[in-house]
Amino acid sequence: MAERVAGTAGWMGEAPARVDGPGKLCGATRYAADAKRDGVLHAAVVRSEVARGKLIGIELDPGFDWTGIVVVTASDIAKNVVAEVEEDLPIVASGEIRHMYEPVALLACEDPVRLERAKAHVRVEVEALPAVLTIEQALACEAVIYGTDNVMRRCGVEQGDAPSAIEASEVKVRGTYRVGHQEHVYLEPQVMVAWWDGDGVHVEGSLQCPYYVHHALVHALGEPNDRVQVRQAVTGGAFGGKEDYPSVIALQMALLSRKAGGRAVRIVFDRKEDIEATTKRHPARVELQSGCDRDGTLRALEAKVVLDAGAYHTLTPVVLSRAALHAAGAYRWEHVRVEACAVATNTPPNGAFRGFGAPQVLFAVERHLDAIARELGMDPLELRKKNLLGIESVTPSGQVLESSVGVRECVEVAEARSGYREKRGRLGVGNCVGSRTVRGIGASVVLHGAGFTGSGEERLKGVVAVDLLPGGRVRVRSSSTEMGQGTETVFRQIAAEGAGVPFDRIEVAVPVSGIVPDSGPTVASRTVMVVGELVRQAASDLGERVRREIEAGGGDFAAAGDRLLAREGAVECKRQFVPAPGAKFDDATYRGVAYGAYGWACNVVEVEVDLDTCEVKVVGLWTATDVGRVVHPVLCAGQVEGGTLQALGWALWEELLWKDGRIVNPRMTSYIVPTSLDAPPMVTELIEAPYERGPGGAKGVGELPMDGGAPAVAAAIEHATGLSFASIPITPERIYDALQKAGREARS
Amino acid sequence: MKVTLKINGETLTLDVPPMMRLIDVLRDRLDRTATKEGCGEGECGTCTVLVDGEAMNACLIPIGQCEGRSIETAEGLSSAAEPTALDRAMVERGAVQCGFCTPGMVASVRGLLRRVEKPTEAEIREAIAGNICRCTGYKRIVEAVMAVTEPAEERR
Ligand code: FES
Ligand code: FES
Repeated sequence: MAERVAGTAGWMGEAPARVDGPGKLCGATRYAADAKRDGVLHAAVVRSEVARGKLIGIELDPGFDWTGIVVVTASDIAKNVVAEVEEDLPIVASGEIRHMYEPVALLACEDPVRLERAKAHVRVEVEALPAVLTIEQALACEAVIYGTDNVMRRCGVEQGDAPSAIEASEVKVRGTYRVGHQEHVYLEPQVMVAWWDGDGVHVEGSLQCPYYVHHALVHALGEPNDRVQVRQAVTGGAFGGKEDYPSVIALQMALLSRKAGGRAVRIVFDRKEDIEATTKRHPARVELQSGCDRDGTLRALEAKVVLDAGAYHTLTPVVLSRAALHAAGAYRWEHVRVEACAVATNTPPNGAFRGFGAPQVLFAVERHLDAIARELGMDPLELRKKNLLGIESVTPSGQVLESSVGVRECVEVAEARSGYREKRGRLGVGNCVGSRTVRGIGASVVLHGAGFTGSGEERLKGVVAVDLLPGGRVRVRSSSTEMGQGTETVFRQIAAEGAGVPFDRIEVAVPVSGIVPDSGPTVASRTVMVVGELVRQAASDLGERVRREIEAGGGDFAAAGDRLLAREGAVECKRQFVPAPGAKFDDATYRGVAYGAYGWACNVVEVEVDLDTCEVKVVGLWTATDVGRVVHPVLCAGQVEGGTLQALGWALWEELLWKDGRIVNPRMTSYIVPTSLDAPPMVTELIEAPYERGPGGAKGVGELPMDGGAPAVAAAIEHATGLSFASIPITPERIYDALQKAGREARS
Repeated sequence: MKVTLKINGETLTLDVPPMMRLIDVLRDRLDRTATKEGCGEGECGTCTVLVDGEAMNACLIPIGQCEGRSIETAEGLSSAAEPTALDRAMVERGAVQCGFCTPGMVASVRGLLRRVEKPTEAEIREAIAGNICRCTGYKRIVEAVMAVTEPAEERR
């Protein structure tokens, strides 16, 4: 553990009560759908209902009374594009239909009942074309929907000569691993409201990244920066699902409102529409081939990663880079070749979801390590320990790890706390003969690059401002949003310590474009590590100025601060991101420092499998996570626990079922997320291997918990049943089928 | 249709269509927005309220069935100004993250505590099984309840 300097109550390392807690508990806090807005128009979206085709025409039923109903179609839109990484996503489809839930017409009306009726009177004529619905269909080019081969983007990482090294290895192992879509199921569905007045367009909603929305609005509406204002409403969960999608509905609402003469127009998705139309985690297929020595020394890995992008780019190119850079896992390989590509399909575009490409490839490589251990007759955790990255290790992109590698401690702590070694011997398929329930234990080790990939932070150049307020109060202005993870609370802690004032003197400004500076998006486990460090620097600059005033003229912080304010009118300290000296990443070759720091974790999972019902119960979960420095022990552990349960959900229950491009189970009755009865008891250990460029040594923690749960569950099921699953979710049906197959094989 | 009911102890008579859902009456007619709509079909629990002391989903209850009943929502069951021991424990122990599940969670927990003074962990998990929380992993919600009830050893 890093040594902790005892601080004033509420500083880093302490656990002040989260500031947004009381209002959320009693319902005083208003979320976007809670705000009363008189005369607001309700909005609805008419969708294509065809997975691929040509939009022939849209007709408003002449027999229906359209008075008071605002209609927007592509023909109303001068610049029909939602600017994200690329500019291929239309606000409303025109001409081409690329997935089942493509918006084709937007409606708004004061009366929600008439609105619902009106929807049924928009006649959409589409000439259907053969659709590409899976990775396999895309690669087979049964139909070509993008470029010449359906490949939207490629990237690769190469170190040494993996093919030759595998060829020369004593032991070679091969495997193909698959994961499916995952839906965010943030509890608050998407909500957005827009209106126009003399100052331009105003947008308020449940969102993660105000400046992404701002950029998309400026780009499409042709308004100058200062005539577009985006405000984040209190946001009821996001997990990446409110990173890119809010730009789409913000534009749709802005266009409806403009046509309605500026009146406020609001959309509140119901759960079904939310599951159908918004982004999800990219499905993936990962083929791995590796070579190692008989003693378990890993030598070489070749990975072919394919992501299903869906119909448009959204954030896919960035997700793909992260997938490529995490594909070799937390291990030393001398030789690595990763070939990654994203293919287009006629399904809704996939986007950001906690983990952002890493969970997919880490599931694959972790399952692969288990396969290698089986081949060698070695304990899977021993194999991992033998090959862990450490200080001075070189990652596949050629990055030398100079500090903050707590992975070995994570493994040792999780192993000891879980009783892994003893249970590995006592439980397992061989020890449960004759019993109808079997138990097993499994482990995974993962890493997660914190902050934007490669040169991303350098390009973003995030800014944070800290203001001195009367009475010695201090305000932090940044575009980092609170969506449940605790930004408002931890930023207060960091600023308090930076400025040298108590926690309750700090305020955090509501993220509103134009009022807060652009600190970059609230994504990529960067909020505490990257933006938080800017908060610390700016706050300590401010504290320094006040202390100089105290030295010059006496008084306490408040008195000196007030003197400064009286003299200067406003006192603001700003800091901007500066890349670490020498940290370079080449976006063309994928060589160099891919991430400033990596978080590390070891997960151990114990399961009980009922051989009659084939149900899996997770009976124990032990995690040890290196976060660099714990800023807030309760909130930090909460990130780990909540994220890990999402990972268990993905591993065991969460599955989107598709038929002809349509989601068969777009409801919470049929898309199953874990309840309190599914959630295991959890032991959460936080490890601190400090990163010198994070505040107090802190690294990112948001996404890491999503990475290790699924492979650890699969490993535990393998230990319990002898069944080795290479794809998730591992549902009772799949266990049943696998048991039947194993039984047939045993008999024959 | 006229419906007389109690909401957080206050008796109200409302003129509403009988099939209007209780959640809409609370949110749209009475501007009590603690009660959230996460799914609208009885699956997520964000709309949980107490009806005569029993936790129920307000998205599934037509207001016509509420005649003479007592409805309690998070607005009445917890308070920012005068937090109860449970309120404090939930905030301090990390039971609240995004907060969207929280008012419904409070209602389910309060409903349980009316029936069982010192619930076991299993009873707590059972009582909130209809309240989905996507943020916390539930552990800290259960711990917050345990912290204020100190379950009797023999019941565990
Ligand atoms: S909104 Fe009532 S249960 Fe989900
Ligand atoms: S705190 Fe976000 S859903 Fe429970």
